[in-house]
Amino acid sequence: MSELSVQHLLGIKYLNKQDIQLIFETADHFKEVINRSIKKVPTLRDITIANIFFENSTRTKLSFELAEKRLSADVINFSASQSSVKKGETLVDTVNNILSMKVDMVVMRHPSPGAVIFLSKHVKAAIVNAGDGAHEHPTQALLDSYSIRERLGEVAGKKVVIVGDILHSRVALSNIFALKMQGAQVMVCGPKTLLPKYIDQLGVLVATDLKKALEWCDVANMLRVQNERFDVSYFPSTREYSQQFGLNKAILESLSKEIVVMHPGPINRGVEITSDVADSGQSIILDQVENGVAIRMAVIYLLASKIK
Amino acid sequence: MNQRILLTAQEIDIILHRLACQLLENHLDFSNTVLVGIQPRGIFLAERLANMLQEHYQVSQVSLGALDITFFRDDFRRGDKTLQANTTKINFLVEDKRVVFIDDVLHTGRSIRAALTAIQSFGRPQEIELLTLIDRRFSRHLPIQPNYRGRQVDAINQERVKVLWRENDGKDAVYLVEKV
Repeated sequence: MSELSVQHLLGIKYLNKQDIQLIFETADHFKEVINRSIKKVPTLRDITIANIFFENSTRTKLSFELAEKRLSADVINFSASQSSVKKGETLVDTVNNILSMKVDMVVMRHPSPGAVIFLSKHVKAAIVNAGDGAHEHPTQALLDSYSIRERLGEVAGKKVVIVGDILHSRVALSNIFALKMQGAQVMVCGPKTLLPKYIDQLGVLVATDLKKALEWCDVANMLRVQNERFDVSYFPSTREYSQQFGLNKAILESLSKEIVVMHPGPINRGVEITSDVADSGQSIILDQVENGVAIRMAVIYLLASKIK
Repeated sequence: MNQRILLTAQEIDIILHRLACQLLENHLDFSNTVLVGIQPRGIFLAERLANMLQEHYQVSQVSLGALDITFFRDDFRRGDKTLQANTTKINFLVEDKRVVFIDDVLHTGRSIRAALTAIQSFGRPQEIELLTLIDRRFSRHLPIQPNYRGRQVDAINQERVKVLWRENDGKDAVYLVEKV
């Protein structure tokens, strides 16, 4: 297997196991590159990439931009808040206008699920999904699996619990697809109100007791409480949430084995995870950030090599 | 597939000894010299020479690295296939070092051009030399010539030089293969 089976990275569910393997192997090489004193390679010097963000993002946008620059691509950035979108321009028009400036690849985040899929059918460029509503966030899931592989040797056979707001989380959905595809066991855990009704149809275990879930798992991925997405209350108070579903030192030390702690960021310290856990040796949160650049370099490199 | 043998295992062994001696002549104790095998096929030759220098010629320490040039090649997106990378393993700085690039076949010179760029990520070497087992004449696209050559070969474009190594392919041999 020497190339991806897809032209775009729209979601994990469009990939296969070999694609993920290839992305990881390529990311290994890029991880070596970004740890050199000169962290840049000239591969993509004839490629132009547009980062189009219709939703706020710091980490993902920075990570993508850094990955693109490390590959020597030309980068243009576009935020919806300061653009003609405000004047009523449609998505396809906006993107086609950008593409007529000879752009080869589009990295897009959009609040509507499926926006990237729609776009991939209407414009001529490779599309990378940087998050589409509550649907998918494939590069995050890839870097999460990559970080598990790095820490535990492999993903297959590992038990991973995803804790928190599963209902609104694209990170959760992409992670479920990615982990299942690689042969891991997945459990979701959170308040009943934040667990989608038929989530077990995806082949995951469901729990509402954090302690039990943590006893079961090798890895706990603590999701952020996304207050900005809530128009109604899903739990009585932040304090109650953190008491029931927050990860703290006491609960971590009461477990019979040492588990790996992850968080996609940004962290609400003291809500889903306490500071002493986030900064402990069991946490691989900052490794996730570093691996994010290598994974995105790999995805962009592999997709760009299919642009003819 | 038509192929004829260019070098046998015994001839390769003799050539490797000569190349090792030539390196020795210029670099003496190798204290300020590093050998860098070009991935994927140059590393076998580089390892062989490094071992030979240590075992037969009493050089106490030879620094050996492997350099992958995939991300520095100039034919990205120009072929049908995605170029797949190999491991780069250079755990020393090349700053002010005398670097010897080692590859099995020198053909168009484009790999070496890429290697010259790639090595810059690891510092500014004092000088860079090139050692190749096979030097294909009349096929260069760039003004690059080896400092040490095992055997010069006249081959036409329809032919390919295939180098086999014991470690990887089961035996040592060099063939000239006619492309179909």
